Amino acid sequence: MRHLSRFLLIALCWLWTGFAQAQVAQEILQSNSALVEKASRQTIGPVIDALATSGDPAAAMILGAWSAKGLGLRKTDGRFVLLGPSADGYALRDLNGNDIGTAPTAEIAELKPNAGVRGLIATALVQFNLSDPDPTKRADALASIASDPTEAGLAPLRASIAAEKDAGLLAQKQRLERLLTLRFDPDSAARVMAIQSFGADIGLDLRGALNPLLATRRVVVVGAAPPDANIAQELLPGKTLTIAQAYELLQAANLAPARLTLADQRAALIANLENGAVGGVALAVLNTQAARDRAYTALEVAGKVPLATTEDEVTSALANHRFFDVYLEADPAVTQAASTALAAISQQVGIMQAADLALDGLSLASIYFLAAIGLAITFGVMGVINMAHGEFITIGAYTGFVVQQWVPNYTASILIALPLAFAVTFAIGVAMERLVIRHLYKRPLETLLATFGISIALQQILKNIFGTQARPLTSPAWLDGAWVLNDVVSISYIRIAIFVLALVFLAFFLWLMKRTRLGLEVRAVTQNPTMAASMGINPDRINMLTFGIGSGIAGIAGVAIGLFAKVTSELGTDYIVQSFMTVVVGGVGNIWGALAGATMIGGLQKAIEWLNPSNTLAAQTYMILFIILFIQFRPRGIIALKGRAAGD
Amino acid sequence: MARPKRERLMKLSRRALLASGIAAFAAPRIAFAQAETIKVGVLHSLSGTMAISETTLKDTMLMLIEAQNAKGGVLGKQLEAVVVDPASDWPLFAEKARELLTVSNVDVMFGCWTSVSRKSVLPVIEELNGLLFYPVQYEGEESSKNVFYTGAAPNQQAIPAVDYFLEELGIEKFALLGTDYVYPRTTNNILESYLLSKGIAKEDIFVNYTPFGHSDWSKIVGDVVALGADGKKVGVISTINGDANIGFYKELAAAGVTADKLPVVAFSVGEEELSGLDTSNLVGHLAAWNYFMSADTPENAAFIAQWKAFIKDDARVTNDPMEAHYIGFNMWVNAVTAAGTTDVDAVSAAMIGQKFPNLTGGVAEMLPNHHLTKPVLIGEIRADGQFDIISQTDPVPGDAWTDFLPASAVLAADWKDLKCGMYNTETKTCVQLTSNY
Amino acid sequence: MQTSRTNPSLTVFVATLLAFAVLITALSEGYGTGHLSTSFIKTLGKTLCLGLAALAMDLIWGYAGILSLGHMAFFALGGYMIGMWLMYARTREIVEASLSGGGLPATPQELEQGIASQIFGVVGGSDLPFIWGFAHSFPLQMALVVLVPGVLALVFGWLAFRARVTGVYLSILTQAMTLALALYLFQNESGLRGNNGLSGLQNLPGLADVDQATLSVWFFWASAAALGLAYLLISWIVSGKFGSVIRAIRDDEARVRFLGYSVEGYKLFVFALTAVVIALAGALYYPQAGIINPAELAPTASIYLAVWVAIGGRGRLYGAVIGAAVVSLLSSWFTGGRAPSIPLGFGRLDWVDWWQVLLGLTFVLVTLFAPKGLGGLFDALTGLRSPNRRGAALGPDQGALQEREAQK
Repeated sequence: MRHLSRFLLIALCWLWTGFAQAQVAQEILQSNSALVEKASRQTIGPVIDALATSGDPAAAMILGAWSAKGLGLRKTDGRFVLLGPSADGYALRDLNGNDIGTAPTAEIAELKPNAGVRGLIATALVQFNLSDPDPTKRADALASIASDPTEAGLAPLRASIAAEKDAGLLAQKQRLERLLTLRFDPDSAARVMAIQSFGADIGLDLRGALNPLLATRRVVVVGAAPPDANIAQELLPGKTLTIAQAYELLQAANLAPARLTLADQRAALIANLENGAVGGVALAVLNTQAARDRAYTALEVAGKVPLATTEDEVTSALANHRFFDVYLEADPAVTQAASTALAAISQQVGIMQAADLALDGLSLASIYFLAAIGLAITFGVMGVINMAHGEFITIGAYTGFVVQQWVPNYTASILIALPLAFAVTFAIGVAMERLVIRHLYKRPLETLLATFGISIALQQILKNIFGTQARPLTSPAWLDGAWVLNDVVSISYIRIAIFVLALVFLAFFLWLMKRTRLGLEVRAVTQNPTMAASMGINPDRINMLTFGIGSGIAGIAGVAIGLFAKVTSELGTDYIVQSFMTVVVGGVGNIWGALAGATMIGGLQKAIEWLNPSNTLAAQTYMILFIILFIQFRPRGIIALKGRAAGD
Repeated sequence: MARPKRERLMKLSRRALLASGIAAFAAPRIAFAQAETIKVGVLHSLSGTMAISETTLKDTMLMLIEAQNAKGGVLGKQLEAVVVDPASDWPLFAEKARELLTVSNVDVMFGCWTSVSRKSVLPVIEELNGLLFYPVQYEGEESSKNVFYTGAAPNQQAIPAVDYFLEELGIEKFALLGTDYVYPRTTNNILESYLLSKGIAKEDIFVNYTPFGHSDWSKIVGDVVALGADGKKVGVISTINGDANIGFYKELAAAGVTADKLPVVAFSVGEEELSGLDTSNLVGHLAAWNYFMSADTPENAAFIAQWKAFIKDDARVTNDPMEAHYIGFNMWVNAVTAAGTTDVDAVSAAMIGQKFPNLTGGVAEMLPNHHLTKPVLIGEIRADGQFDIISQTDPVPGDAWTDFLPASAVLAADWKDLKCGMYNTETKTCVQLTSNY
Repeated sequence: MQTSRTNPSLTVFVATLLAFAVLITALSEGYGTGHLSTSFIKTLGKTLCLGLAALAMDLIWGYAGILSLGHMAFFALGGYMIGMWLMYARTREIVEASLSGGGLPATPQELEQGIASQIFGVVGGSDLPFIWGFAHSFPLQMALVVLVPGVLALVFGWLAFRARVTGVYLSILTQAMTLALALYLFQNESGLRGNNGLSGLQNLPGLADVDQATLSVWFFWASAAALGLAYLLISWIVSGKFGSVIRAIRDDEARVRFLGYSVEGYKLFVFALTAVVIALAGALYYPQAGIINPAELAPTASIYLAVWVAIGGRGRLYGAVIGAAVVSLLSSWFTGGRAPSIPLGFGRLDWVDWWQVLLGLTFVLVTLFAPKGLGGLFDALTGLRSPNRRGAALGPDQGALQEREAQK
C-alpha cells in the first residue's frame, strides 16, 4: 500500500516538474502539508525530491531552513512560512524570502524534522551545495554523501572536483570519490584500482566501504556449487559448521523436516493422554525424559504421532547437501582485492589498537597518580591514613564549580579554580591536622577511624550544601575534543591535560622535597622527629605544612577529575581505595613508587579490559586480585625504601 | 485474627509502654492510633548513588502534598508526608518500607527508582498489603496487586525508540550500553529479541554493561565508534543510569561523536541529568520519555511554575518521573475520594479506570494491569539542556508482559476481572499471585 | 568455672541477653502483646547479628590487634550462602506448583530449567550456574556457610601473614579484598544475580503459612542464642592461655615470635575463626533483612564494623556488642524520618540531613577523647581506672590498649 502511494506521489511529482516549471515550492509544501507536518523518513522522500527538482530558485533556501528548524506552519491560514527570531515570537518571511511581519509563538507550529528527515534533506541539497561558493556548505554536502553513500552521488561528486579550489575540501572530495568508485563504479578494473590506491589506510570510512563488499549469504545446494556464484568458502557440517546449524539451514530452505523439540513432544504426549497413561506409560512416571521418550515411541508405533527425525536421517540429509558462503558482490576480482586490502588494514588496525590501549592506560594511570599524589605525601611520607582524602578531591571539584558560577569565562575560571582549590583544601587539611590528627600520631590505626568519621561528615555536609544533583564543571573550549591521530588512535585533550598536570605535580613534588628547605625539614622529621627537633626544626609546624600540602594537591586533583567525570559528593569515594592501593603497591614514602604503582594499576586494568572488553568490572576485580598477590612477593611495594629511611 | 485483641491490649497498656525503655521506638505507633491525618510515605533515596535522581522526586511529593493540603486535603483530612531515606541501599528499602507500613502506618507510599529497589520492597508490600506508586520507566515483566506503575513499560519507551532508530534513522547496527542491574538487563533482553525479529543479525547487536557510577568511558566509546567499520550505520541505546551518564556524555562530546554520525538514545537521561553538564556538544542526541519539560501545554506551564516556586530556584528543571508522580498522586487522591476511604483494597479497585490529564496533552488512564496509557515522546537534546520534541505518539497502553519474549508473550495481567498479575492465556491459569523478586 | 571467674561480665551479659529476649518476646506481635511492631523486632534481631559480628571483630582487633577492614565480606558471604538455599528452595515450591498444572509431571530437567529461569529471568539469564550446585540441599549449603568464608579467610590470611603484612598495610589489603569480592559479585557472570543480589529471603521455604510476626521472633531468638553462645566461646578463648598469647602478639609481635610461638599460626586461627563467626552472623542477618546484594560488601561496611567496636570499646567483649547495637539502632532511628526536627532560628535541622554529620563527628570525638569507648563507662562504674597517660600511647606497641581487660 505504502509503495503504491509512494509511486503515485512520485508520478505526480514527475508530472509537476515535467509540464509546470512554474510550479513553486509553496504549492508542493501546501499540497503535502500533512506529510510535511509530521515528517517521517519513510514517507517524506518524494516531497523533498519534488522540492529539489522543482526548479524553484528558493527551493535550496527552503530546504535549508526546514532542516535548521526555521520553517513553520501558520495556524491561522495553514501556510508555510520561514521563521526568524523576534522580540515577541517569530519574525516571518514568505517562502520567497519577503518579510511578512511577526507572529506570537502560539500562532506558529514550528516544524521539527527529525534526524532522518534532515538526512534526506541534506542528500537532496547535495546537488545545490557541492559547488556552492560557501565552503561550509560544500563540507556539509560532502558529509552528507559520506554518511549515506549512494551510486547517485558519484556523478555530481566527480563533476565538482575540477572546480574545487579549497585544498582541504579537494582532498576530501578525491577520497570520497575513490570510496564511491570502489563500491559503485560499473568498471571492475576501476574498482580494484580504487581499492588498491588506499594501501593499508586504517580510516573507518574505508573499512566501512570495503566490508560491505565482502558481505556473504549462506546457501544450501544439492550437488555441485552454483557455477556463476562468487563463492567465499564451503562450509563442512561438523567442522566449520555445527550439525545443528547445518540442519537448521536445511530446514529453513525447506529441504528437510523439522526435528522434534521437547516442547512438541510434551504437547503431543499431553494430547494423547488416555486413562492416566500415554502410550501405555503411566502418567505418574512421566517425570523423566527417558519415560517420555518411551511413551512417544509407543505413540509412534501406534501411528498416533508423526515420526520423529532420527539421527541417521539427519546425517544422510546433511550428506546430500553442500553449504556455501557466497559473496553478495558478484565480481571475484573486487572481492579478492577487498579481502587482500582488509587483511593488510586489520594488521595495521591491530597495531594502532595496541597504541590506543597504551594511551588509555597511560591516561588512567595519570588519573590514578593525580588522585594518589596527595596521599603519597600524607600517607607515604607522614604515615597518616587519611580516609578523608577522597573528600578533599570532592571539595576541590566543588570549588571549581563554585568559581564557574562567578566567573563565566571557562579558561579564566579554571585558572582561578586551581589555586583556589589548593588554598581551600590546604586550609581544611591544616585545620584537620591541628584539631585531630596531631593527637593521633602515635595511634595510626585510630587516625584511620577518626578520618573516616571526618570523611562521612564532610560528605554529608557537601551534600547538604550542594545537593545531591551532579553539578556541571565545564572545561574551556580549547580542551574540548580529542587529539585524533587516526580513526583508531585518539585521546581527548582533557585527558592529555590531566597527564600534563600529573607530570607537573611530579616535578613540583621532586622540587619541593629535594630542592627546598621545607623538603629537607620534612625528610628530617619523617626519618627521626626527635633528632630533627633537636636540630631546631619544629616538627609540629612541618607536619602541619606537609599535611596541608598533601591535602591541597588533592584539591587540585579534584578540579582535574571533575572536568572529565561527574561532580557529586561521592566523586572522591570512587578513588579512595584505589589511591591507597596505588601508594601501597608502588612503595610507601617514595613519589616514584606512587608513579610506578599508578602506571601498573592503570596499565593492567586497561590490559585486562582489552582481554574481556564487555566487562569492565572483571578488569577491576582481577586487577585487585593481582595486587593482593603482588603484595605477597613485594610486601614493600615496587620501589621499596632501603636502610634507615625505611623506618623499622 | 488475633489483631482486635492486640489492639485492645495496646490501648490498655499504653501508659505502661511509655514507661518502658524502648518507648522511643514504639511511640510513633501509638501516636497513630489517634491520627487524624492521612499518611503518605515517601520512599526515595536521599543519599548514595541514586540520590542524584531520587531527591527531586521526594521534593515533588512534598510539593504535591502541600498543594493538596492547601486545597483542603483528602476526605476532609490533611495529608502528612513521612519521608525516609533508604540511602540507595537495596536492603534498606525493604526495611524502610516495612517501617512505613507497620510503624508509621502510612496509607500509601510513593517511591523507588531502580528496579532492584522495587524488587526489594515488593515482598514486604505484598505481605503487608501496602500500596506503592512507582514513578519510573522500567523493564516490565511484572504486575503486582500492590503496585501502580506510573512510569513507562518497555512498549511505551524502549520499543518505540528502537522503532524510531530503525525507521527514521535507518540504523543497522545497535550498541546496547547499560548499567549492570535488572532494568538494563531485562530491557536489553527484550530489545535484543525485538531486533532479531526485525531482521537485525545477532552480530550486529553489541551489548555492554558497566557498574553504577562508572567514570572511565574512553575505551567503551572507542569500541562503539569502531563498530562502524563494516559500513553499517550504528546507533547507541543507552540504559545507563544515574551519575555515570555524565562521564559518558562528556566522553562522547570529547570524542566528537555527533548525533549525525552515531546517534545515542537514552532511556534514563532527562532534564535533571543534563543539568549536570554542558550540552552544547551533545545537540541532536536523543532521549525517549513520556514527558519533556519543553512540552507546550498550559498544564505543563502551570506545573513548572508551581515547581519553581516550591523549590525556590528558577534554574531547576522538571522531568518524566516527576510527571509520573504528579499523575499517580492525583489519581490516588481521586481514587481515595471515590472510594471514600484509604483502605488499600478499596483504593486499588477505584484506581483502575481512573483518568487524569497528562502534562503533555491527552489523558492518562489506569489500566487493569496497573499500568498507565502514555504518549511516547522522542526528544533531541538542545544546547540549553532541554529537549526538542520531534515525535509524539497517541497514548499507548502499558503492557506488563512483553510480547517479544516467548515466555512472557503468553502472560497477561488483569486485576479487575482475572484478579491475577501473571495469567497464562494459553493454559488459562493464574501462574502466581505474588511477584517474582 | 574458669571462664566465668576470669570474665565476670559473662554471667551478667548472658543474663541480660536472656532477660532482653524474654521481654521482647512478651511485647512482640507474634507471641506477646503486640506492642513492638514486627519491623522493630526484625531490626532488633538484625542488631543482635551485628553485635555478634562486632564481637568477632573485637576478638581479632581488640584482642589480637589485627585491624581487618574486610570482615564484612565474610558476613555477606554467609548471607549469600544461606540466601542461595532460601531462594532455590522457595523458587522450587513455586515452580513445582506451576508445573504440576501443566498436564505432565515435571522432569528434573524441566524443574531445574523452571527454577533457573525464575531466578535468573530478571537478569536476562536462564541457566543455573554451577556454583548453585549445592543449593538444592539444605545441609550441603549450610556447610558452605561455614566453609566458603572459612576457606577464603584461611587462604587470604595465610598469604597475608606469611608475607608479614601488618598494621595499616593489612588494613588496606583487607579493604582491597572486600572491594575485589564486591566487584566480583557485582558482575552478572559471577552467577549470583549481580547488582540485584538475592531477594525474598524473608520467606522461609515450607513455612509459607507462618506469618512474618512469628518468624521474626524465631529469628530474634536464633540471633540471641547465637550471640550468647559466641560470647561464651570468645570469653573462653580470651581468658585462657590462648588469650594471653594473642594479646601478647597484639602488644609485641616480634617478642612473641622470639619466644618460640608460631605467631602466624595464632593469627591465622583467629582470622579464620572470626570469619566463620561473622559468616554465621550474616547467615542469620540476611533472612531477616530479606535481600542481599554486593553493596553489602562495600569497603565502608567493614570500616563501620570497626567503628562500632571502637565506639563500644575494644578489648571489652560487651563493649563491642553495645557499640554495634547503639550505633545501628540510632542510625535506623535517625534515617527513619521519625526523629523530630530541631527548629533553629534560621531554619530547621532535619536529622535525615544531619545525622551522618553527627555520626562522623562522634567517631572523631570518641577516638580522640574516649579511646575506650562506651565500655570505658563500665570501667568507671566498676572503679577500674587506667593511668592517665596524657595522650601517650596506651601500650608498648603503637595503638595497643594494654590494660587488665582479661579480668574484666
